[in-house]
Amino acid sequence: MTLGARFALGRLFERLTALAAALIVLALGVVLVDVLRDGVGVVSWRFFVDEPGAGPTEGGIFPAIFGTVALTLVMTIIVMPLGVGAALYLHEYASPTSRLAGLARAAVHHLAGVPSIVYGLFGLGFFVHALGGALDAATGQALKWAQPGLLWAACTLAVLTLPTVIVATEEALRAVPSEVRLASLALGATRAQTLGRVVLPAAAPGILTAAVLAVSRGAGEVAPVLLTGVASWLPDLPGSLSSQFMHLGFHAYVLATQSPDVDAARPALAGTVAALLVLTFLLNLVAIVLRARLRRGMEAS
Amino acid sequence: MRELTQPAVAARPGPPSVDAQRRAARWDLLVELAVTGAGVAGIVLLLLMIVFVVREALPLVLDPVQREQASLAKLLLPQPWRDGHAPALLWNPTSKVPKVSVWPLVIGTLKVTGVALAVAAPAGVAAALFTSEFAPSRLRTWVKPTIELLAGIPSVVLGSFALMTLASALQSAFGFDFRLNALVAGLAMSLAIVPVIYTLSDDALRAVPHTYREAALALGATRWETAFRVVLPAAAPGVLGALVLGVGRAVGETMIVLMASGNAALVSANLAEPTRTVSATIAAEMGEVVMGSTHASLLFLLGAILFVFNLVLNVTAGAWVRARLARREGAPS
Amino acid sequence: MSGTVPARLGVLALLSWAMSASAGTLTIKGSDTMVALCQRWASAFRDANPGVRVQVTGGGSGTGLSALLEGSTDIAMSSRPIAPIELERLKQRTGVDPVVVEVARDGVTFFVNPANPVRALSVAQLAGLFSGDVTRWSQVGGDDRRVILYTRETTSGTSEFVRERLLGGLDFAPIAQPLPGTGAVVNAVSRERFGVGFGGAAFSRGVVPLRVRVADDEVAPTPEAVKSGRYPFSRSLTFVLARPAEGDTKRFLEWIASDAGQALVVAAGFFPLR
Repeated sequence: MTLGARFALGRLFERLTALAAALIVLALGVVLVDVLRDGVGVVSWRFFVDEPGAGPTEGGIFPAIFGTVALTLVMTIIVMPLGVGAALYLHEYASPTSRLAGLARAAVHHLAGVPSIVYGLFGLGFFVHALGGALDAATGQALKWAQPGLLWAACTLAVLTLPTVIVATEEALRAVPSEVRLASLALGATRAQTLGRVVLPAAAPGILTAAVLAVSRGAGEVAPVLLTGVASWLPDLPGSLSSQFMHLGFHAYVLATQSPDVDAARPALAGTVAALLVLTFLLNLVAIVLRARLRRGMEAS
Repeated sequence: MRELTQPAVAARPGPPSVDAQRRAARWDLLVELAVTGAGVAGIVLLLLMIVFVVREALPLVLDPVQREQASLAKLLLPQPWRDGHAPALLWNPTSKVPKVSVWPLVIGTLKVTGVALAVAAPAGVAAALFTSEFAPSRLRTWVKPTIELLAGIPSVVLGSFALMTLASALQSAFGFDFRLNALVAGLAMSLAIVPVIYTLSDDALRAVPHTYREAALALGATRWETAFRVVLPAAAPGVLGALVLGVGRAVGETMIVLMASGNAALVSANLAEPTRTVSATIAAEMGEVVMGSTHASLLFLLGAILFVFNLVLNVTAGAWVRARLARREGAPS
Repeated sequence: MSGTVPARLGVLALLSWAMSASAGTLTIKGSDTMVALCQRWASAFRDANPGVRVQVTGGGSGTGLSALLEGSTDIAMSSRPIAPIELERLKQRTGVDPVVVEVARDGVTFFVNPANPVRALSVAQLAGLFSGDVTRWSQVGGDDRRVILYTRETTSGTSEFVRERLLGGLDFAPIAQPLPGTGAVVNAVSRERFGVGFGGAAFSRGVVPLRVRVADDEVAPTPEAVKSGRYPFSRSLTFVLARPAEGDTKRFLEWIASDAGQALVVAAGFFPLR
């Protein structure tokens, strides 16, 4: 092949890669426009603050927004201590040759690959039936905890997002220079003091990123909550951790597949999807910006 | 710094008391235990998950009734289903005569995953090559976050797009008999996994040392040849990791296939026919089963199949990467 | 990390919220067909009785009955007859006879795309379509095009009802596509020129309901034909309870049977009891 031909061919392939990138952005843009356009001009702000009405397309989706937020909040409270703790163990405590740490790392790696519907099965079998059943037996209550509900759905999502939190927190810990740890230890601080007063504050933005990533992942998952606690129509806000709840993603699924008149439901679907996207996109955006800062900081140091 | 200007002795506490030291040591131990516990939690959860999924599927082997209702032959071999028709591989566990062949579901999963990967792998890796090797840096700083942001589109949104819009568009473009089919679901799935493949591939490509590129260019390779023959192979383990994660996500993804694949459990290679996946079957049927029934055990068996598939995929990919890295390090350079 | 005062307050507030006993919630679960109807009832009942919490969840008649068996719902909605073995299982669990209450009537409607010229079919022809023996529309008087079958997942009471009533309990053709909701079936048929599906009478927008040929007559699922049972796919929509109703549940059932409750049945597109 002549030199000219090689360069021409190379340019052609380069253009093709640009085309691929453009197509991906375009395709995802088309999805958003297509799903959202039916809501424009039809969905008002009241849709987001009202409780659902009698018909599937009447009223608002406030309980679904509240349910999604409450669910992810409880999930965050459960997953963060566990995930940050595990990352601290892997990065700060375990020796690089530790068998246990190696095993833990492999486990986290495999957990990350487990399909979300399997988490749903696990949540139903372990949290709802086993743990919930034990809790009911212990407190002598007839069926309060041994049924799907907010807490169990949150626990299921917490297990689902655990790998995300661990990986992101580890990244944050790596960004803390080891000199500050050595300096702290050299001054006589214990390891716990070093962690609490030096390492964790320095890694805080990264840990926040981990939380945000977990929330944006957890808020969009429908398959696990399908089996562990979601309700189709529940105008009252969940009253306790054992209540069932409405959920934006599940509500979108119901509107798309179960309303008597799917075309009439499209504006409501668009509004529901918009609320869901605002939740996940805003959180994702925050995570992306925080992470970019963190990485820039790392490169600078 | 301010402390220096203050009367030093009065402001500074003396050396920590023995009591305080003891407290600090206790705390230190406590924190170490807590943190180690959290580290072990990952292992415990994975084991719990295996135990629970397997325990619920185990009656298929242990319980004589279930063993009869879902024998190996019924799970794997064609079964008679209707007079005048040849025995077939069917999934219909709630029928009068339950049919419990896993093949239609496994084949459905493979079909949808295959389509998704065939579209998303070239597109994702090519886009990663573009942003890491060719794109001006201004463009790159926009494209990457945009695609990462789009990775946050929940799968129900992709599912309803596929169900309402994509299916009709493909049917009118290609004249499919079936509006909902493996191709529709696979294409929608490719939208779900392409950001994953793209982001991780881009990270892997960017991690290749600049010296590789400089050496190739200095030897007279074109930009494309450098990217395709030098940088991409060097980043192969990372790119493979990206593809493995993409496959894992596609195999387990539920809502898209539940909504867009047509859900008919067929043994067929035709991508334009409806298809049913393992994950959609669990989601669709789990609600009605009575725990402890053969049907429930079967659904947990399907969960176990998904679980094991991912495990095998991860382990093989990991082994391949290690072998490759070992070869590279061992090779004379 | 959690040392700040607002964080502690937040945890405290959350804990108190978590511990607060939820006032008795009336949980209703089951038939997707009935979810929209039940929402209307629950919404109006709540307005008339402030303080009563009602939650409605779909998933299918099978899902509702299975939840009733587990005890995780107060009322199971069913759009199909309850099998004796299901009642037996319930009784075994509670020791009391379960209660089945008819709450509305429905006529399962078969529908096609408006572009399809077929407007009426006999029961035998419908059975041919859904069992897979008839694969082309020309075999039942339509165009020479492939029949695209839509059914519902097996959790669906409507689907089980059709399987029993139309096919005598045999399976649907393997090529039939079970979709996760009647809305999805209607939506699919309204976009698929040669599709055919079925659902409750309330679901027929954008599609054409077929008349059913009985003897020499073509019967449409009208209120009269459904009530008299002349329409061959008439059915009862029922509530199943594990034990006789009391308290809020009882009042809810009484209210549903009242004129006000039955008026909502018509509004939802189904047929009242009287």
